[in-house]
Order: sequence, then structure tokens, then C-alpha cells
Amino acid sequence: MNVPDELKYTKTHEWVKKINGKEVVVGITDHAQEQLKDIVYVELPPVGRELKMGAPCAVVESVKAAYDIYAPISGKVIKMNQELKESPQLVNEDPYGKGWFLHIEMSDPEELNRLLIASQYKEICEKET
Amino acid sequence: MKRTPLYESHLKYHAKMVSYHDYSMPIQYDSIINEHLLVRNKAGLFDVSHMGKVEIYGDDAHSFVQQVVTNDAAQLSDKQVLYSPLCNEKGGIIDDILIYKIDTKKFLFIINCANTEKDIAWLTEQAKPCKSLKIKNVGDDMSIIALQGPSSMEMLENTFGHNKGMPPKRFYLDEFLFDDSRMIVSSTGYTGEDGVEILIDAKYALKLWNRILEKNEPAGLKPIGLGARDTLRLEACYLLYGNDMDETVTPLETPIDWTVKFSKDSFIGKHALLEQRKKGIERKLIGFVMANQGIPRHDYPVVKNGEVIGKVTSGTFNPTTKKGIGLARINVRHARIGEDIQIQIRDNCCEARIVKIPFYKRELKK
Repeated sequence: MNVPDELKYTKTHEWVKKINGKEVVVGITDHAQEQLKDIVYVELPPVGRELKMGAPCAVVESVKAAYDIYAPISGKVIKMNQELKESPQLVNEDPYGKGWFLHIEMSDPEELNRLLIASQYKEICEKET
Repeated sequence: MKRTPLYESHLKYHAKMVSYHDYSMPIQYDSIINEHLLVRNKAGLFDVSHMGKVEIYGDDAHSFVQQVVTNDAAQLSDKQVLYSPLCNEKGGIIDDILIYKIDTKKFLFIINCANTEKDIAWLTEQAKPCKSLKIKNVGDDMSIIALQGPSSMEMLENTFGHNKGMPPKRFYLDEFLFDDSRMIVSSTGYTGEDGVEILIDAKYALKLWNRILEKNEPAGLKPIGLGARDTLRLEACYLLYGNDMDETVTPLETPIDWTVKFSKDSFIGKHALLEQRKKGIERKLIGFVMANQGIPRHDYPVVKNGEVIGKVTSGTFNPTTKKGIGLARINVRHARIGEDIQIQIRDNCCEARIVKIPFYKRELKK
């Protein structure tokens, strides 16, 4: 299980990476993609959508079922990963890289402090399995 | 949680285990897509020991079976297998089952795991007038291992030797010895591929499972989970009880309407089904393919001209065509091949088209 130290996490298995100022990139973790296995469809919110931390914002489907993805942070969607439309398997192959979901402009950067650090997230995953 | 005799082997093969009714079962070992394609292209081995098994025996067995099933068991020879619904007096489907005719006085019903208690209670109630008839739940005594796929016959021969584990043709069974245990090999399955389902004493199941795997792993055989079993059956349009039908549905409203044999003198549900045939059905189960991306799921609404005309009963991503496919129960007025419909997926109505089913058909050996 790959849990990079430089990212922040949620207990619902999303990751957040700060890029500059108020902009973050988010996706789902290696542990999440491993649990879901074949990801065959990803539905993302459109650019401009306001997201609220903890509220469902996207859907990932495996062959077997659809799963809600929760906004790890509040803010406005400024970019979405168009490639996932044609190649949802990128989430399985490279969850922290080519499998990113959204760029978000944070409305409250203080929220970052409420996210989990790598060691805390790792502990949650280990309890689950 | 109950475990099948193969539980330890599933863990050894790194299965993701899920709770399926009372059983802990492997949903997948690897990827459902890879497992699906392996069964279509070569072969896979399934643990389906959770299926219910009920023995029916006694002098009245034959006439009793004829009375409780809608399909016609009269013409069955010994060692033949028949698929049929069990219906209630209203024609509602209690379960769909496989009937193994061992001989005139002995039948074995393979029933859905979730329906075991209900079916046995129903059958026992119906059997009250037949004094000598015995109905026995043998679910835990026997395991079922399914070998399915175009290479399955070669793999059987490779395991047991020439003609030592093969039933004569589709929908027949034969009995063989495996070590000291009797095994029933039935040329049936739930994948749309050639293959067999093997019933064996639970005590010998792990040994048999390991033997088949050892002999055929070099040729590519792998264990397959219930996830791929579901996508395979849906692509082949085998119905799933609880999803595609239940007691509120009659066989005439489904693609298994051919299993109702009105030519039989009497059977439970005949009167209601005759009435329904006379009046005409109002709903029908159809197959559809999504036009674009989006995956239909059980219970999603089916929409036409802004109006809900039915519901998806089963839906999935089809690993073979990479498209969303599904079965839906809709108003019969719209149940025409080629008709455009919409499936409501969350907040969006997504285009789909009614198509001829099954979605997949292999020419099976006669």
C-alpha cells in the first residue's frame, strides 16, 4: 500500500495535494483503488461547481457497483481530469499521478489542517484490512 | 458466517471474500474483467457450494415434481436435467431451479441459496398428501464445483482420463467415482459457455478442487469469483432470482416463458397463468445496451418521453464489449427490439436501446 508522506488524506480514502496558494489537486488513494479493483467509469463534477467538504462530489464505478467519492475539501472545481472519461483504469494504474480527479480552488485553506497526515491514514487502512 | 469446504483455498488464492446470504464467498481473486474474459476464452473454476440442494424421493416423486414445477418433467429420462420455475398458485415465481432426475423415484433440486428455507417449507407443505415422499435438505452434505469455458471438456479429460468424467450431452448428468466418493457431473452452468457442474460429498470437495486446478493450471485454468459469475450470466441472459424475478413476477413476463408447459394436465399456478395468457401481459423483461458511457444498475428507472416505464432488474459493465448492459422490466407497449429508451443514472437520463437477447451466445455442443 502506497501512502506518500507529502499528501493529506481523508478517512473516506481521498487524497489532497497542495500545489500553490489556494489550489489543490485531489484523487482517491492507492488503498481505495486496490479495494475497488477494476474501475470502469468515473463521473466528475463540472468545472465551476462549488464543493463542500465531506459531501458526495463524484462517483467511481467498478464492474460490480457504484461508489460515492466525497469532497476532501471545500471550494470550486477549476479543472477536471478529462482523460478519465476514456481511460478510467488510470485510477487503478496511477492513483496519485495520471489518475487524479480534480483541481480545486479552496474556499477555506484552514480545512487542510483537519485532514489526516500519512501516518494517521495508514493506521486507518491497516485497521480496515 | 458459513464457509464452504473450499474456504482455505480461496484465501490462498487471495480472494476478496464477501458475505453472500449466509456464506462467506469469493467475489473475485483478481479482476472481474480478466476473470470474465478467461471463462469466455479458456476456462474457469467456480465454487458454487452455497447453492441449495434438496433431495426428493419416494414412490410419488415423479408425480410430485410434475405438480410443483411449470416445465414438463414427464419426458425426462433418468440422468437428465431440466430447468424450471417453481410457482405459487398465483403464478408468482417462488424460485428457479435445476431438476436432476436420478431415477423415477429420486430427484435432486438445485435451488437458490437465499431461498433454501422458503423452498423447503413450500415443498414440504405441497408434499403433505404424498405419504411416502421424503424431502431432505442436503445443502451442507454436498459441494458444487463448476468448470466452465470452451476448454472445460479438455480439462475434464485431463483431470479424470478419457470418458471418466464426462456426461453424454448438454443437460444430462452422469455419476463417477472420485477416490472413494460418488460425484455427479452435470453438463449445465450459469455462464453461457460449455462446461459442467460437479456435485461431490463435501468431505472430498477440497481434494477435487485442488486436483482440477493442479492438472489444469498449466493450461491456464484459474478460480473465478461470484463477481464474474454475475457478469457472465447477465451477458448470457440467465436470470437471477431476487433481481430479475420474484414472487410478484410470473414466468410469462420474462424470457423464460418457454418453461411454462400448458399442455401438462395440472401444475401449481396453471390456472392463474392461463388467465394471464388470455388477458395478455402488462410488463415484460427486456435486454438493453447503453448508447454511451454509464453503467445501469438494479432498480434504476427506465424512462421514455419523460415518463417512467419500468425499472432495471440487472445491470453491469460488460467486460466483453466494454458497454453498459442490462435487463429491465418495462411496460409491454414499449417492449420492442430497436426501441430507444433512457436509463436514469443518478441525475442524468442516459440513452439506451432495446436489443435482442442474449447479449452473448456461443454455439454449445449438443
